[in-house]
This record gives sequence, structure tokens and C-alpha cells, in this order.
Amino acid sequence: MSEPLVRVQNVSKKFCRDLKKSLWYGLMDMIAELTGSTAARELRPKEFWAVDNVSFELEKGECLGLVGPNGAGKSTLLKMLNGIIKPDRGRIEMHGRVGALIELGAGFNPILTGRENIYINGSVLGLTKHEIDRKLDDIIGFAELQDFIDTPVQNYSSGMRVRLGFSIAAQMEPDILLVDEVLAVGDVGFRIKCYNEIYRIMENSAVIFVSHSMPQLGKVCTSGILMDKGRAIMRSDNISEVINGYYNLFAGEQRTQVGSGKVRLIAVRFGNKTDCITYPDAQAIDPNHYHHIDANKPLTIGLTFTMDQAVDCYSILLSISDVDQKLVLQILPPERPLKNHPGAQEVLVTIDSLLLNTGKYSLTVHFLKDQKTDWGEILLSVRSLLKFSVQRDRYIGAAPVLHTAQWNISDDPSSIRHEQGNTGQVMDLP
Amino acid sequence: MTNKKTVAVYTPESRFRSPWVLLKEMGTGIIYGRELAWRLAVRDISAQYRQTALGLIWALILPIANTLVWIFLNGSGIVSVGKTELPYPVYVLTGTMLWAIFMDALNAPLQDTMASKSILTKINFPREAIILAGIYKTLFNGSIKIAIMVLALLVLGIYPDWRLALFPLGVLSLIMAGTTLGLVLAPIGLLYTDIGKGLPLVMQFLMYVTPVVFPMPSQGWISVLLKLNPLSSLILTTRDWLTGFSTDYLSLFFWANGILLVLLFVVLLVYRLVMPIIIERMST
Repeated sequence: MSEPLVRVQNVSKKFCRDLKKSLWYGLMDMIAELTGSTAARELRPKEFWAVDNVSFELEKGECLGLVGPNGAGKSTLLKMLNGIIKPDRGRIEMHGRVGALIELGAGFNPILTGRENIYINGSVLGLTKHEIDRKLDDIIGFAELQDFIDTPVQNYSSGMRVRLGFSIAAQMEPDILLVDEVLAVGDVGFRIKCYNEIYRIMENSAVIFVSHSMPQLGKVCTSGILMDKGRAIMRSDNISEVINGYYNLFAGEQRTQVGSGKVRLIAVRFGNKTDCITYPDAQAIDPNHYHHIDANKPLTIGLTFTMDQAVDCYSILLSISDVDQKLVLQILPPERPLKNHPGAQEVLVTIDSLLLNTGKYSLTVHFLKDQKTDWGEILLSVRSLLKFSVQRDRYIGAAPVLHTAQWNISDDPSSIRHEQGNTGQVMDLP
Repeated sequence: MTNKKTVAVYTPESRFRSPWVLLKEMGTGIIYGRELAWRLAVRDISAQYRQTALGLIWALILPIANTLVWIFLNGSGIVSVGKTELPYPVYVLTGTMLWAIFMDALNAPLQDTMASKSILTKINFPREAIILAGIYKTLFNGSIKIAIMVLALLVLGIYPDWRLALFPLGVLSLIMAGTTLGLVLAPIGLLYTDIGKGLPLVMQFLMYVTPVVFPMPSQGWISVLLKLNPLSSLILTTRDWLTGFSTDYLSLFFWANGILLVLLFVVLLVYRLVMPIIIERMST
């Protein structure tokens, strides 16, 4: 319906690996710029494309997440969008006022007070003195720095600086907002406040968001681009797909093993009941191989091990982490401790259906000596014993766990109201 | 909300290809940059003096020390600088003070752009504001020097006449000359630090081919060299206006200013054009 606010067409940018050469090329580029040269920009020795042929469009109310490993070209792309550096190829159109949350508090002078720096930073961001006067109390209030506002900024903690920087930058009312990994420092409370503020700004603008925090991107973004080595290797209106693609670029967590050594894991069985794979040697499981799991079918995990006879009872805790190494699910241990048997023994765990969303996960196993009151001694703990991926027909949001539910629809809403009435005050129906 | 929005288009083409857009951008850059420039100047000035015990005196120590050196050299007969119409201490004091103002202006573009690295690479603001802020700072530090200088003149028995009213014009033209030269050097100096390292050396030499601590020689190749140096007429005329002496180089002064004005406009344009290229090389 509306014109795109951001239009990026086949944009490329090259950088030079060698400093001496880079300076020389800089000189050449200056001459080319000043003589109005129209020569095509080809790669010169030691140069590479830091951003390579990227295109996208963005409308009001949309939020684009830019993800990718370090050095993928995300920040360079943002700099071009912000007009700080020029593209070497392609064309960028920005319709409206551009606000950038990039390295908050840049230009703060440490010797000057917070109040003085508000005026300086505000001016750098394009606010007039009048605007800053009007918003001063809001800025100080939002940053929650009332008690420190007349203290030199050099005495601020890094978190306080970011608070002040964000509060000033948030006063811009941009049509296009660029956010580059800025909120990592603040405490949780302030971060939440910042996100609320970004959501508010988003209502009236197009946002481009660079972050390595996938959960945050998953929450904020409406679409995403995955960049690697300058290229946009994936573009999707479903941010979860892009996030998944991002994780696939990395080798996962390595297997590590700790514990008192009273348990020796011998073999492992894993998979959907119908096609369960047995690993006769638990140590030999390929840490980079992902077992495909059908989430709708029962899952079997079998553990064969020997245990020191000094241990009488034990328990097993199974944990599942996502690629971000965040714990997403744990399986309840057996209600009663398990009895140790001499020699090799196998424990078989069956899970009716795994409530996990599409994604890649790793399984961690803890053997615990059961002391009833406490967790007890860790007999053996194998982190990332094996990895598996869950594939569903489609992505449903970005949450790792999908809970099943019963859905009822009634075509007689009065019956629902009646039920509600029963739980609260008794209502007399005519 | 159908009001016309600003549209920014970024392409690889040289912006010289669309000169009118470029000029318009520069115009709005300077207009919108004024307030920012003021802020930056206030920031730097207050920061500069807040962390010192001697405060404003620092603006004076160097030229005063320089003056004393030359009074000593001349008085002891080690160096003979020839006859000056003014008493020599006055001549050398005014000369070094004015030269110091010129040097401040000259160093500003390179130094201030370097110091603004962190905001230049992150925020898009009118780049002209940095230059303008440098001029404000030079004006501020310069007025302290001038106040001291005028005080010293009165003590030494030199009473300026009505021409003192023209003196600010002279100071402005010195600052303009310094800024222009500084802007010529800045683009290359920002890439290669050689410029910054070599500059004091070159400026030392330039000072000796300008009538700062000695009068205009009347003959020989050195007199030709000094006459060719546009700074000569600027320094001499400004000093004459201050001390109430007749101005012998007025036409040269106006010629120099005319040329400088055109040059300043050109280098300011160049500065705007090359900044993205420089920022790209200095970031990270």
C-alpha cells in the first residue's frame, strides 16, 4: 500500500585487507571523486567485497533483522544506509529522517557533565537546542540518572553511559531507525525499557536491526536477512528461518564430560521408536551429526552403562539445549531412584512426543547419586552427548517449546459468560 | 502525513556529477551545522580548561615564550633583525600572537577531524560543523591573546587609533587563511600521518619567510619571497591596524583575501566530498 521507506538495490562495498594499500587506494578514490571519474569500481589487489550485491526494500512498520557472523558486512551495510560511507556499486534510497542507534553516546566528553553531554550528543544527532530543552527532563527521567546528571560522564559506569546515550537517541522521531547491537551493556530492567521504546518508534517507522541476540531478533523482527562474507545468503519473511540458518553456519558445542568417574557410559540408543539408532561406543558418536527427529512420534533414548558398586541408588537427568546453548527442556527424572545392578545395565527412556519447535538441539545426560534430599554427587555428566534436529511442517513463532492445547469454539457466547459468572459472583439470569 | 519527506540517495557516482545537489547539501550542511558547531566548540573549550590549573594562561604561554626568546636574541645581538618602526618587543609580541592565531586555525581542521573520529564513523551529521567549531575555538582562544596583546600595548605606550576597528577584519582574514591551508592539508593528512608530523617543521620555515619576528626586508631575493608570500600582507596589515601605523600592503591584503575566499569555498567542498572516503579508511 505504501511506498517503501528504504530501497536497497544491488549494493556492494569493497574493503582492503592491507593498510598501506588501503591508504593509497583512499588517495586514488579521492582523486576519482574530485575529478568526477565514472570508471567502474572493480576489485584492486588485496581488496574484497565486504558487502556483495545486497538488495531489499522496507516499508513503514516493518522490522528487518540483519544476522550473520562477525565480519559478514552487517555494520558496513548500516553505515552505507546511514550515508556515512558510499556504496561502490548499486543504489540506496532512504525516504525520511534516519535515526541510528549505533554505539550510543559517541562523542560524549568524559570531563563534562551528563547534562552538558545531553546537549552535545543531541546536537550531533540533529536535535535543536529548543527540542533538547523541551525533552531534557524526559531524557534524564528515562535514563534514571537524576542523581548523577551533574556528574562528569567519566565517573559513569559503562551501563550508565549507554542509558544516557539511548535516552538521547530515543528522542529522535525517525522515519527509519537503524539499530546496531547497542543494548548489550545495560541491565535487564533498562534493556526491557529500551525495547519498549524501540517498539514504540517502530509503529511509525521502518527498522533495521543488527544483533547477535537471536531471541531478541525473534521477538522484534518481521523479516530477516542472513549475511555471510558480504552476501545475503538467505532472505525470509519468517525470522525464525533466518535465525535457524544463522545457527547452521556454526559448528555446535563440543562434547565435554565431567563427574566422579563412578559411571562409564558404554552405548547409546537414540531416535524415533521405529528407526532407533544404536551406538555401541558412546565416545564415538559424531558430534557434528544431527539425528532427524519426528516430533510427532515417540522418542526413545537408551543408555547402557556400568556403575561403581559403592553406589546404591541413582537418578538420571536429561536436558535439551538449543544451538544458542540455552537450556530449553528437561525431562523429569524417575519418581523413585533407580537401583544399581552389577555389570552393564540399560535404562530406556520413552517420550511420547517432543514439544520442541523446528530447530537444532543437543542432549545432555547427568547421572546423579541419589541422596533423596539433595541432588547428590554427580557420577557422570556428558554435555552434548549427541545432537538432533526437529523438523516440523512449518515454523510456528520463535519459541523453542510448542505446547499442545485443546481448542474449543462455541457459537453461543452466552454460555461462556454464564460459566464465568459461576466462578465469580452468582448472577441471576432472567 | 503527506508532507514531503527528505529523500537521500546514495550511489557510487562522484557527487561532482550533480554539482547543484552538492552545493545545496553543503549550504544546508553549514546552516544546520551552526548550532552543532557551537556546541562542539563550547564542549571543547570547557573541557580544555576544566582539567587545568592554569586555565586560560595556556593560550598565552607559547607566544609569550616565543616573544621573550626573540627579544633576548635581538637584544643580545646574537641575531640582528634590522630596524622596525615599532619598538621591537611590541613588533615581535604582536607578530607571534597573530602567528599563533593563524597556526591555531591551520591546525584545527586536521586535529579536530581526527578527534571526532568516533562520531564521524557512527553518526551522519553535517561535517562542516567540525570546521566551523574549529573556527569558533580559534576565535575564542584568539580573543584572549588579543586582549592580552592590547593590554601589553597600552603598558608599552602604544595607543591604537580608529584603525583598531579594522583590526578584527585582519584577524578574521588570518583565521581564514589558516583554515583554508588546514583544509588543503586535512584530506591527505587524515590518511597519512606524515602530514601531521611534518607540519611543525614546514610551518617553522614558513614563519621565517613571513614578517613575524623581523620586518620586511627592503632588498634581495628574500624580499621578493616575502612579498610573494600572501601571509606577509595579512600579518603586516593586521599589525598595522592594531598599532595604528600606516598600512603599506593594503591592496595586496585585499587581493590575498579575495583569493583565499574562493579557495576556502573550494576546499570546503572538497572536504565534504572526500569525507566518506576517509571515514571508510579510518573506521575500525
